[in-house]
Parts: sequence; C-alpha cells; structure tokens
Amino acid sequence: MIDKKSILIINQSAPYGSSKARESLDVALTCSIFEMPVSLLFIGDGLYQLINNQSPDALSMKKHEAMLSALPMYDIENIYITEEDLESIGLTENDLAIPVTLIQRDAIASLIQQNDSVLTF
Amino acid sequence: MLNGLSSGDAVLLIEDAVYSALEAHQSIFKALSPDDIQLSALEADIQARGLEDKLSPRFSSVNDQGFVKLSCEHDKIVSWY
Amino acid sequence: MKFSLIVHASPFSAQTSSTAYRYAKCLLEEGHQIFRIFYYGDGVLVANQQIAPPQDETNLLSSWQSLAKTHNLDLVVCIAAAVKRGVLDDNEAQRYDKENANLALGFELSGLGQLAEAIAVSDRVITFGN
Repeated sequence: MIDKKSILIINQSAPYGSSKARESLDVALTCSIFEMPVSLLFIGDGLYQLINNQSPDALSMKKHEAMLSALPMYDIENIYITEEDLESIGLTENDLAIPVTLIQRDAIASLIQQNDSVLTF
Repeated sequence: MLNGLSSGDAVLLIEDAVYSALEAHQSIFKALSPDDIQLSALEADIQARGLEDKLSPRFSSVNDQGFVKLSCEHDKIVSWY
Repeated sequence: MKFSLIVHASPFSAQTSSTAYRYAKCLLEEGHQIFRIFYYGDGVLVANQQIAPPQDETNLLSSWQSLAKTHNLDLVVCIAAAVKRGVLDDNEAQRYDKENANLALGFELSGLGQLAEAIAVSDRVITFGN
C-alpha cells in the first residue's frame, strides 16, 4: 500500500507559454488523491502562475487560475512563495489569485528538507 | 537553485550545466563553503564539451557510477533544469 | 536501493532522455533496483514504435527496450500525455477510432497514479527534464 510520503513540488515555469504548469498541477492533484501530503513552492517564473485576473479565452486554453482555486478542494493548502521573488516582479499579495504563505528565500532549503520527495516543473 | 541547499548537500552539474564549472563562472558558487557543499560535474558531459582541463578546482569530476553513488548518499534528489 | 525515474524530456530535442537511459543502466549495473520508469510530458515520445532515427544516431527506443527486457523493467507512459501526442495502445486506438496502435513493445500506458505510487514506494526518485 501507499505510504504517506510528503511531496514538495517546485514550480519554476510560467503558465500558458508551456505545458509545465498544467503538468505540475496534475501531478499535485493526483498525489493528493493518493493521500500524500503535497506542498507547492512557486519560484522564479513559476510565480506568474499565481497572478489574478487571468483571461485566456482568446488563447483557447484552460484558465490556470481556475485550476489553482481547486487546490483547497484537494486539501492542498501549503502553498509557498518567497517575499524576495514577489518583490522582484513588483507585485504584492493583492495581485495573487489564491492565498499563499510568504517565506524568506533562505527558508527554501528547510522546505526541501521537511519533505520526503521533491519534484521540479 | 542554490537557495535550496543545506549544509551536507552535494551539487552535481550535468549536461549543459557543466559549463558553469568553468573558472569564469565561479561567482555563482562563491556563497557556498567548500566544507558544507560538495561540487562536482559529470565526467561524460565534461569530456563531450571539451572542458576536461578547463574546470575550476572547486569541482571534481564524477563518472556515471559516481552519479549513482551520490544519489544513494543523499536522501533526496532535486533536479533543477 | 529502490529507485524510480521520471523522464520529462523529449528524446529528440534534448540530451536528457539519453542521460536518463545512461543513469538507469548504471543503476542496474551497480546492483540497484528500478521500481518504475515513468514517462511524462514530451518524455512519452520515446515510446512510439514508429521512431526511425538515422543510422548514425542512437536509437533510444531500442536501448530502453533492451534494457527493460534484460532487467524486466516497468516502463510506464502517462496515458493522458501519450494519447494527446498520438502514442496509442490497442485500447486507446480503438477508443479514439484510430487505425493503428503505435505504443512500442515493453511500454504500457497508465495514469498518474502510477507516478504517485512510484514516489510512495521508492527510496529515491530522480527526475530527468523538468
């Protein structure tokens, strides 16, 4: 049977321009269905996934923001970004689509240490 | 990537990342203490790219067996592309 | 030690799929066990039996196949990623009314649950490509 191994998924890719963001969320939701505790860290370009008011209708693509808002339904509530990354793109928490936990960049190492397995997308 | 490191971790550069082992790029790694973080690069990728005699002394060359050994010695593997 | 590998990279446009193969081969030579190799994203493209590389290039598909045969490896291809890229087994070919299945021998299509299971039971999980 499946152990409850915790998994940290590090997201470094922006949405829409590539399929990475979608693929990452699919893995996150699946692991959660299998009752593995899932944490998500959005860093670098990955932070762009969280920007609010996404309207991809003209691209004929699914709204990434809508998928993100499904995360609490899958019990995925540990969602981290770094203060430094947010500041570096000149945005604030008010510009984000979902609630996140702000951490310092040097706390990434302990986040990795706390989890049993780490995937990057 | 370097923010994810804790004391005792090892960094292995593979594929095009081995170019970062050139002396000219060492400012990237200057925050890492050699006592805390082991730096290495994959031998096959170094040789393929003509870098064998051009690497910074901070980096050791590791063959495929060494790659496997590092994977066993550390309890998780984080791939950064 | 029990390993699982995740391969994201296309076999055609990046070195990564070939690095994954070399790593898998070395793991086995060093006496380790591979629980599963999971192909995801463009990584699934290697499981197309119609792949016909030029003679002076390595055929990664046949390399994986012979490694799998020798060591009885579980090569799982993400079904959602594969089907949308036109890599189909008999069932999916039938379901989508396509003339031919083209999933290479030695590989099987399955869902992301197989990836979750691999993470849960393996001592080490290593990702090739992002």
